[in-house]
Amino acid sequence: MRTIRIGAGQGFYGDSIIPAFETARRGNVDYLCFDSLAELTLAILQKDRQRDPAKGYASDIAGMLRELLPIARATGLKLITNAGGMNPLGALNVAERLARELGLQGLKLAVVTGDDVKLKLSDIAAEGVTLSHMEDGRDIAAVQDRIVFANAYLGAEPIVEALRLGADIVITGRVSDSALFLAPLIYEFGWNAEQDWELLAQGVLMGHLLECSGQVSGGNFSGNWQAVESLESIGFPIAEVREDGEFVVTKTEGTGGLVSAATVKEQLLYEIHDPSSYKTPDVMLDLTGVQLQDVGPNRVQVTGARGAARPDTFKVVMGYADGWLGQAIWGYSWPDAVAKAQAADRIIRKQIEALQLQYEEIRTDYIGLNSIHGVLAEEPAEEPNEIYLRMAVRTTSRDDAAKLGRLVPPLMLSGPPAMGAFLGVMKPRELLGMWSCLVPREIIERGIRVTVQEVV
Amino acid sequence: MALVRKQLRHLVQARSGDKGNTINIAVIAPNAEVYAVLLQEVTVERVKAHFCGMVEGDVKRYEVPGLHAMNFVCRGALGGGGSRTLRIDNLGKCYAANLMRLEIDIDDTVLAGS
Repeated sequence: MRTIRIGAGQGFYGDSIIPAFETARRGNVDYLCFDSLAELTLAILQKDRQRDPAKGYASDIAGMLRELLPIARATGLKLITNAGGMNPLGALNVAERLARELGLQGLKLAVVTGDDVKLKLSDIAAEGVTLSHMEDGRDIAAVQDRIVFANAYLGAEPIVEALRLGADIVITGRVSDSALFLAPLIYEFGWNAEQDWELLAQGVLMGHLLECSGQVSGGNFSGNWQAVESLESIGFPIAEVREDGEFVVTKTEGTGGLVSAATVKEQLLYEIHDPSSYKTPDVMLDLTGVQLQDVGPNRVQVTGARGAARPDTFKVVMGYADGWLGQAIWGYSWPDAVAKAQAADRIIRKQIEALQLQYEEIRTDYIGLNSIHGVLAEEPAEEPNEIYLRMAVRTTSRDDAAKLGRLVPPLMLSGPPAMGAFLGVMKPRELLGMWSCLVPREIIERGIRVTVQEVV
Repeated sequence: MALVRKQLRHLVQARSGDKGNTINIAVIAPNAEVYAVLLQEVTVERVKAHFCGMVEGDVKRYEVPGLHAMNFVCRGALGGGGSRTLRIDNLGKCYAANLMRLEIDIDDTVLAGS
């Protein structure tokens, strides 16, 4: 039976690129798929594009392509990435320039657009779509004039089309993470994207397991994590997928990390809600019958995903401006470190009040004590050697957000004793609310374009 | 045979992640016997009470018996979501670790087998 090998190149914008190089050179893969877009990545890329209209894509694509394009040419390896982010055409320009510089004439580059629907929102609304929040039904009017980006999670079909048109490299904006991995299977095996729900379910499951790179191959592992070897040279996952959908998750020999039934199981439900109906643009996935079997060192066989017809809507996620975050971090030494930090917190809060700074929310965390565990944190058994405090404020004004940090340095001379480690005044950060809604498939599909061009 | 009190950290694997202002925590037992105890002990009510002050919305539990896994979906769990919240663990990656503090009663014979 035919098998193809698919490697995970990246799990988010900022992920290490080295394991992808290792997989490309020694992993014997047919496809490398890169998921660069976490939920909030588009917010970052949107800001880049605001500053420079040529930007707005995941900028590490340049370093990635410089290394991988020659390998793609030499071995026939195909690359699929959503690094286009808010500007897939900008990313295409980068790819084309690099390919020309590297003398790779004839290489075919494809770009998928149509996920960005920000400018079409009023047209979509005019067709009778409410754009109400899909979880709580809120009316879009509450945020309408503050929207900074709006993108649909596209499915695998446009990527499949790009591959059919002969693309060596496919660059997209927002697509569902698993679509990046499913597309090569539909293309290679001729699966029917509107019918073969069981096969598509296995394909989406494979994509889901691989899309977070190291999280399935020994990273962020809550099991016996101390026994996972050589995370410094972790191998990103590779799937060997058979034509009938059955697949094995593995990694390149000689790399660090671990692929076992336990590591795969931990990724299986990651960021999934109802395991019996995980909604993707390509298929409704039912994970409740999945079986995992260790079939060799760093080899796990995956079977049993079930599928049902894909939804007739696409999910659109928008980000809307929702104020500014100001924050400051500084520390106090033993003795009485906690009491000193608490006193500093009281001083700053009184000064905020005296200066009439308009903060909607003020939050103080004591790092080393409760910043992660919050109200669940237990009292330390012994007096801590040091405590950092982190104050954060939410405000509608960028200037007011910046003012918080400036209150802190004077405490060195005029606050509780033995303050250290003030790391400088941090720049305010814009806060973005997320708005998810559903839009009929055919409205979004009308705007999808697949363009392939040859490097000349 | 006797009941002993154990923190989940000694019994399960767990991983959490975010979607908007909702987080999920997958909890995985090492075998069917421990899983059966989890089903009794790690209820929606207990998890909701455990996260009082951190999770504002409702909590749901989904079960995947074939993998000895359960999935808790907690709404209103991130102060508005990753890009809006003032929380330091803005992506809810540590919720799973927080749940490991929960203590349950478990038969020592079940423990011996796990």
